[in-house]
Amino acid sequence: MSAVVTHASVWANAPFDPALAEELRSLIARLDATQRLWLNGYIAGSIDALVQAPAAAAPSGPPLVTILYGSHSGNCEQLAKQIGNALTQRGLGFLTLDMLDCRKTHLQEARNVLVVVSTHGEGDPPERALPLHELLHSRKAPKLDHLKFSVLALGDSTYERYCETGRQFDARLEALGAQRLHARTECDVDFHEPAQQWIDAVAEELLRANPVQAPSPQASSPVSSLLHFAAAANRPAASVANAYTRKNPFEATVMSNQRLTAPGSTKDVRHIELSLEGSNIHYEPGDAIGVVPKNQESDVGALLGVLPFGAEHPVTVGGAEVSLRQALLDHFDIGLLTQPLVERYAAAVNTPLLTQLLAAEDSTALQRYLNGRHLLDLIQEHPPENLDAATFAQLLRPLAPRLYSIASSLRATPDEAHLTVSLVRYQSLGRERRGVVSGWLADLEDQGEHDLHAPVYLQRNPAFRLPASNDTPMIMIGPGTGVAPFRAFLADREASGASGQNWLFFGDRSFHSDFLYQTEWLDWRKRGLLHRIDVAFSRDGAPAAPKTYVQHRMHEHGRELFEWLQNGAHLYLCGDAQSMAPDVDQALHRIVERHGSLSSDEAAEYVLDLQRQRRYQKDVY
Amino acid sequence: MDMPRRFDLSRPLSELHPNEQLKFDSRYLRGTLQEGLADAITGAISDDDTQLTKFFGIYQQDDREVRDERRRARLEPLYQFMVRVRLPGGLCTTDQWLALDALARDSANGSLRLTTRQTFQFHGVLKRNLRRHVQGIYATGLDTIAACGDDNRNVICTANPLFSTAHREAGETARRLGAHLLPRTGAYREILLEQPAADGIDPAAEEEPLYGRTYLPRKFKIAIAVPPQNDIDVYAHDLGLIAIVQDERIVGYNVLAGGGMGMTHKIAATFPRLGDIAGFCAAEDVIEVAEHTMCIQRDYGDRHDRSHARFKYTIEDRGVEWFREELARRMGKPLSEARPFHLDSSGDHYGWQQGSDGRWHYTLFIENGRVADTDQHTLMSGLREIARTFPGAFALTTNQNLTITGITGSERARLESLLRQHRIANDDHHTGLRRQSMACVAFPTCGLAMAESERYLPALIDKLDASLRQAGLAQQPISIRMTGCPNGCARPYLAEIALVGKAPGKYNLYLGASANGDRLNALHRENIGEQQILETLQPLFQRYAAERQPNEGFGDFVIRAGVVPAMPAGRDFQR
Ligand code: SRM
Ligand SMILES: Cc1cc2nc3c(=O)[nH]c(=O)nc-3n(C[C@H](O)[C@H](O)[C@H](O)COP(=O)(O)OP(=O)(O)OC[C@H]3O[C@@H](n4cnc5c(N)ncnc54)[C@H](O)[C@@H]3O)c2cc1C
Ligand SMILES: Cc1cc2nc3c(=O)[nH]c(=O)nc-3n(C[C@H](O)[C@H](O)[C@H](O)COP(=O)(O)O)c2cc1C
Ligand code: SF4
Repeated sequence: MSAVVTHASVWANAPFDPALAEELRSLIARLDATQRLWLNGYIAGSIDALVQAPAAAAPSGPPLVTILYGSHSGNCEQLAKQIGNALTQRGLGFLTLDMLDCRKTHLQEARNVLVVVSTHGEGDPPERALPLHELLHSRKAPKLDHLKFSVLALGDSTYERYCETGRQFDARLEALGAQRLHARTECDVDFHEPAQQWIDAVAEELLRANPVQAPSPQASSPVSSLLHFAAAANRPAASVANAYTRKNPFEATVMSNQRLTAPGSTKDVRHIELSLEGSNIHYEPGDAIGVVPKNQESDVGALLGVLPFGAEHPVTVGGAEVSLRQALLDHFDIGLLTQPLVERYAAAVNTPLLTQLLAAEDSTALQRYLNGRHLLDLIQEHPPENLDAATFAQLLRPLAPRLYSIASSLRATPDEAHLTVSLVRYQSLGRERRGVVSGWLADLEDQGEHDLHAPVYLQRNPAFRLPASNDTPMIMIGPGTGVAPFRAFLADREASGASGQNWLFFGDRSFHSDFLYQTEWLDWRKRGLLHRIDVAFSRDGAPAAPKTYVQHRMHEHGRELFEWLQNGAHLYLCGDAQSMAPDVDQALHRIVERHGSLSSDEAAEYVLDLQRQRRYQKDVY
Repeated sequence: MDMPRRFDLSRPLSELHPNEQLKFDSRYLRGTLQEGLADAITGAISDDDTQLTKFFGIYQQDDREVRDERRRARLEPLYQFMVRVRLPGGLCTTDQWLALDALARDSANGSLRLTTRQTFQFHGVLKRNLRRHVQGIYATGLDTIAACGDDNRNVICTANPLFSTAHREAGETARRLGAHLLPRTGAYREILLEQPAADGIDPAAEEEPLYGRTYLPRKFKIAIAVPPQNDIDVYAHDLGLIAIVQDERIVGYNVLAGGGMGMTHKIAATFPRLGDIAGFCAAEDVIEVAEHTMCIQRDYGDRHDRSHARFKYTIEDRGVEWFREELARRMGKPLSEARPFHLDSSGDHYGWQQGSDGRWHYTLFIENGRVADTDQHTLMSGLREIARTFPGAFALTTNQNLTITGITGSERARLESLLRQHRIANDDHHTGLRRQSMACVAFPTCGLAMAESERYLPALIDKLDASLRQAGLAQQPISIRMTGCPNGCARPYLAEIALVGKAPGKYNLYLGASANGDRLNALHRENIGEQQILETLQPLFQRYAAERQPNEGFGDFVIRAGVVPAMPAGRDFQR
């Protein structure tokens, strides 16, 4: 077995003297797979980080190629492996690095960098790519004149900022002095073919520039395969790829649609149970279900009512010709406006008012304009005078599927997927507005005879997974619908008899009306599965009192929380990305700082380390 | 008398009802309440603790109407607490009224409920507000100790304690009895008031010299009547005291032992019972008599079967003669011969009455004791304004009504105009039936309710009123009482007409109690709905109008007319 290259920072912080550290290292290297598996569980997952080895970091200096991947749902990670295989075939040495593990020195030593990265959120880098993204865009960014690179960008063209992260890496690497080895390739959801083309092209390019070299066995390091084995052995039913996609969704039967919030609540949150029977969809706790949307007939009707084109007028979408009505129903987002859409519209329809708004230095007026305004409003305010239907359709943005965290476990409820859907509804410009998909789901009522169906597909989320070991403690922070995957986690742990300690933080507006799944948490607490649960309800205090959120509860129990982390706990965060997640993240840093007696930099490093070890996982939206 | 002591305090706990062990282990009612109140995941406290908080006037309930809906929503029941105030004699200052009124709106469901034991109940107090609520009550100089639980309950007396010297003395006795028999545990202070134990309290000391660790087998109720009024239904309580008044002063009390109302449908061993007259005690001995009576029940009451644990069953089983002897033994002297007395009615006297000091008192009819603002009237706001305008005292009656006390002759018009302004003055159009009506709380809060009561009786009376008017009986006082179950919280078995819930929309109809509360009624129809209730009562009203003798009450009439038999004794009630 080749020498195990260990993660420097882990050893640096480890409470061992150098001799003991060396002994431990060689000891680990001597263990066989089963022994490591056992040890891995025994020291609660952190062994992953101890032995996580850059695949080909042979002691003989920097690798020829550094494959840098930034992935959230695993596509780019998978492609990084494919790249590795292509390089191996050609006898080229390489190092594969998760962006989270990439240090400045890696870049400074690298010679050829292949970036494969996806875009998430609203054009944001995947969570684990953030530190590197920040580094490159900061004043601390290294000079990269010595470096050649190419970017493979993954994305989804139904999002407004298509492949944004890949584009940014591409532009930034160039700005830092690196030379493009090969042009950037952008891949839409059907990424396999264009990605393979890019891989082959880049590999050939590299081979041409760096001929020779005998095939290297290091490319498939026993360590990394061991790790995969360890992870797989602890996971339930191995993921089976399934045929259903957003373009070809599975028509899942809606078995129940139950309101979870009590009357009087300011929210309407639904528990929706889907039957996956016959789909062969095998999800894991942490995964999400994508729901393929369709606009409401009435909304489309209202829009057609104000448009100067006939409903049956043909327009082209994705190469095919359909009626305008059909296109508006199935293909275009006719809800909220986005800046690019308004830009396109303003350019096509000559409207001084909009142009002015877009040109303004200060974007607050534009933001105010966009807030709560739908396509219908835009068209009423600025009719598309000299446009035809086809041109008009080209301005619109595609209707993207909506994701919902799965709130159930196949082990507990085979063939079912439960969702926790918060109905989006609000008033704006004097109209009652409803979210396209959440509104549609909430309206699914049992009408007796007819089965209700929802077009769905599985969205894997490998970055949000239960600890590999059953006895690893875990802390789950999930206010609002963010609690959904934790219901899946607990159901799964119960079904598998996992003995790890479980601690849930939940928050919402009102205890009496918004305590999602309250009786289930109570049951699980009584049965000893849920060891701790702390809740915060923001609107239950006196009107003048400061509001309480989950991060306040975390602070109150900061000492124990830190102790849990010290004992190897995994920490999960799910829910609102805008304000909750940053606040909770802040709280976590402060807690680590305070109870670990660390400086704020050290605390940041501690948290980053948790992320590297995949002990701190986020799924925020 | 040698009766074997089978299930009383002399037996080991293991042979007794589980509640006895629970009380014993509770460290004088502390239980795990502290932890339970701190548990933010549930609006409830532990099952065991719900038994213990009763001793502090606190009942865990839930809104039964939303139970099912919440279960489906995976939410626990809408847990909330009923909080009952200790108000011996029913007298409160207007400042206290204002404070409680504010608490009702601030940390309860926005209404006040005047009870059949002349005190206040709050409904809908959430766990997180519970301490604040109780502390708010305490800040007004009141508390909630022993308003429920296996202890001596709110001592009631004829309203209103400010009416005459004798009434004042009765009220004073009620207060003294209440204070004397109050549980002494520090749990209330520590857990609910959050006041640390005062220095110098010996933690090892017996906290309950009177009660001991297991308190009483069951609740214990004392009531004082000032004849000729029997508004308090003196026969219906564990210990009834009838004031014997000479030259306007109370010289002593006739002692009645073993009254009570509650029963279980169809279980003949349970029954309402009228107290037995045991003798007379001098005024200065009354505290001692009450204490010994309660302690006799403490020692001899059934602690095995809680449906047989009231004093009425101890008296029924052992006889009043045994009680007289046991009491004499403990007192060191016997009771003397009961004095003659006369009771004329069990209702309240509405409207203006002049007290012996020349001041005026206005007794206001409050339908089923619910003080709230509605579309019809602004009762809660009105009473608030009256309390501000006429500082002094309000007296609660045991018929769920309210007396505004101490008004001078010149202020009367002002009060009347306020009452009219809020549309709450006694309504001359009310029939005598409505004025003599009472209903217990029942749905949605009472966990024991089988049928509607408070929310339903007014509508039923609307329907009965029509036939009463037709029969020319609009002003005839006829008492009607409804309860949602046979526990008898509105003392239904002493009403001329009683409707006792069996199932949603279904009631047993009892007829034939006396108008002054000294005879139980008897079952006439079983398990009937509204239509049959109306069809049964309407012809009886007509017959009564046509055939009654001068001054003959409806209850007496139905017996003379052979509609029901006169109920001889409680033990025959369900036979
Ligand atoms: C509020 C009140 C009725 C009203 O409309 O005013 C009331 C309401 C309740 N009574 Fe009562 N009782 C009330 C006077 C009575 C009376 C009348 C009296 O005391 O003069 C009786 C009959 C007399 C007697 O005790 O025999 C009475 C006999 C009961 C019983 C049956 C007791 C028995 O031993 O037979 C129960 C059930 C129990 O204790 O198990 C009961 C239990 C209850 C409870 C606490 C239900 C429970 O145990 O869960 C009710 C709360 C309902 C709610 O939501 O508010 N209540 N209860 C009265 C409060 C009195 C007070 O301020 O203390
Ligand atoms: C990984 C992931 C997991 C998710 N998991 C869940 C989940 O478990 N449960 C869940 O409910 N959702 C979840 N979501 C969110 C979900 O996918 C949808 O975004 C959400 O349901 C809204 O979709 P919609 O079609 O109903 O609303 P849309 O028609 O898309 O409208 C939503 C938009 O309306 C706008 N809006 C909302 N309120 C206002 C207002 N008051 N004023 C002005 N504008 C407003 C906002 O811009 C918002 O983005 C998840 C998202 C992701 C990415
Ligand atoms: C919540 C979410 C948000 C996304 N946002 C964008 C986006 O703004 N722009 C884009 O081009 N693609 C977006 N995508 C698409 C992903 O980039 C695409 O699915 C990619 O294949 C994921 O690769 P990964 O599994 O390596 O993370 C989004 C996907 C998800 C699930
Ligand atoms: S009589 Fe029955 S229903 Fe009515 S309040 Fe009492 S216990 Fe509840």
